[in-house]
Amino acid sequence: MSLLEVKNLGISFGGLRAVDDVNLNIEKGQLYGLIGPNGAGKTTIFNLLTGVYRPTTGTIKLDGVDIVGKSPSEICQTGIARTFQNIRLFKKMTVLDNVKAALHNQVKYSLITSFFRTSSYYQLEKQMNEKAMEILKVFDLDGQASYLASNLPYGKQRKLEIARGLATNPKLLLLDEPAAGMNPNETAELMETIRLVRDKYNITILLIEHDMKLVTGICEKILVLNFGTELATGVPEEVLNNPEVITAYLGE
Amino acid sequence: MQNIKSNKNHSAFTKKNLFITAGIILGFFVVMLLAEGSLLNRQYKSLIVPIGIYIILAVSLNLTTGFLGELSLGHAGFMAIGAYTGALITLNLNMPEVAEFIIALIVGGSIAAIFGVLIGVPVLRLKGDYLAIVTLAFNEIIRSIINFLGITGGAMGLSKIPRYTNYVWVYAMVVLTIIIIYNLVNSRHGRAISAIRDNYVAAESIGLKVSKYKVMAFVIAAFFAGIAGVLYGHNLSVLKPADFDYNKSIEILVIVVLGGMGSIRGSIIAAAILTFLPEVLRAADDFRMLLYAVVLIAMMLFNSSGIRTRLEESGKLPKLPKLTRNKAK
Repeated sequence: MSLLEVKNLGISFGGLRAVDDVNLNIEKGQLYGLIGPNGAGKTTIFNLLTGVYRPTTGTIKLDGVDIVGKSPSEICQTGIARTFQNIRLFKKMTVLDNVKAALHNQVKYSLITSFFRTSSYYQLEKQMNEKAMEILKVFDLDGQASYLASNLPYGKQRKLEIARGLATNPKLLLLDEPAAGMNPNETAELMETIRLVRDKYNITILLIEHDMKLVTGICEKILVLNFGTELATGVPEEVLNNPEVITAYLGE
Repeated sequence: MQNIKSNKNHSAFTKKNLFITAGIILGFFVVMLLAEGSLLNRQYKSLIVPIGIYIILAVSLNLTTGFLGELSLGHAGFMAIGAYTGALITLNLNMPEVAEFIIALIVGGSIAAIFGVLIGVPVLRLKGDYLAIVTLAFNEIIRSIINFLGITGGAMGLSKIPRYTNYVWVYAMVVLTIIIIYNLVNSRHGRAISAIRDNYVAAESIGLKVSKYKVMAFVIAAFFAGIAGVLYGHNLSVLKPADFDYNKSIEILVIVVLGGMGSIRGSIIAAAILTFLPEVLRAADDFRMLLYAVVLIAMMLFNSSGIRTRLEESGKLPKLPKLTRNKAK
């Protein structure tokens, strides 16, 4: 059964058709890759899926629910979480608080409880701490829980962004170039983590990536974009040997 | 071992809270000693109430500028609303002093908060410089309306407001303000507010309702500015619209910036220093305000990161244990 169903998705910025007539079907539990040359519209598709942009045409359904027109925060609550190409952490907050902020809609207490710290405050904060530490442990960030997010090394910041996305309890996790700027060792480690996360939390992952080693290593299916349109869809080996795809990347 | 720890964290009656309660009581006796004893002369004693009022104003403005990260130049406007509402209540009610003053404080704060909603909902769509200018304009609009209305006494203002404000009331309100804002900042709501400050787009992407929390922070700040206004009016006994021009808003902002954005302790220390300074400099006579400005520039230069950070780094202030830091690990 399809978790994400995208039909005829398109958006125009003035005269520019940034994404045109894209169809995407992601099965539950799948690890799906979205690749393409620079400016192909990959991140624009992420922005359309998460409600940052409103599509000009087409429908997006998550688990059968139409999410077009919903705000980013509503879409997050229906079950899509994401990371960003240029890291967007809460820099002046601690690593732990970054994840706890994402638990906002899972562990709730009222404003009055916040003001006067009734006993449920202590209980629920403790529950939040435990949940957050559990997620941080998966990414080997539990040792740096009290650091400011801006003080983490680059690779760990990328991981923290994924941890934060996971904390919102998503059905679908969108990763925008998770391996950008990582060395081969870090990338290999990240691949393991992504697979582990998928299995442990039972979620579906759609990722944008330029590192073909990562893409062929973990993605089960790939969609190639070029100039905002679909170029090819299929299993990695097949798609990457497609002459059209090679031309799009390397030129004639 | 694990069990003992978890039990401790479950209840509101922790050792830490007992210390804080003891500290609050001790602090009260210190203030009482200063206000009633012979340690200070009358000139300095009269500063205790204004210092408290400025602490409330600075700590509440810090919620908007430091924690929400939005520059508001209209804090004196909310203070004016609270001051006039409170004064009109105590002038027109005929009730025992305590009851009358409590009503004035609650209603004064609430009316300021209602204006916070009215201003905040349309205005908080703006960011940065634009928001600063609009809040500045709001401040002037409030002042002009007060100047124009009959019930507020126009440019003449209100007089013969009962002098209810004393160090006991001010101390109580300061403690209440600090506790509520400190607790808010370290709660799920406070984390949402800080997340919005740090990255608006990411905050939305993790499911936070950005406009709701922006308005929430703005309104809570307005409420406490209103309470500070009520205390202010009942301390001076006269109110003029000119007291609440943009200079006042900037004065409060200067305290927040000097103390350090997002530092409650810094705001408290800076409020005390900046209220005290003009009085200490009185000896310099004609050069008083010039010296004040020079000292201010010097302090800003040497404190670009705020008073609190400097003191903490030099080890003169113990680092505040943050509840959000997980100490068990």
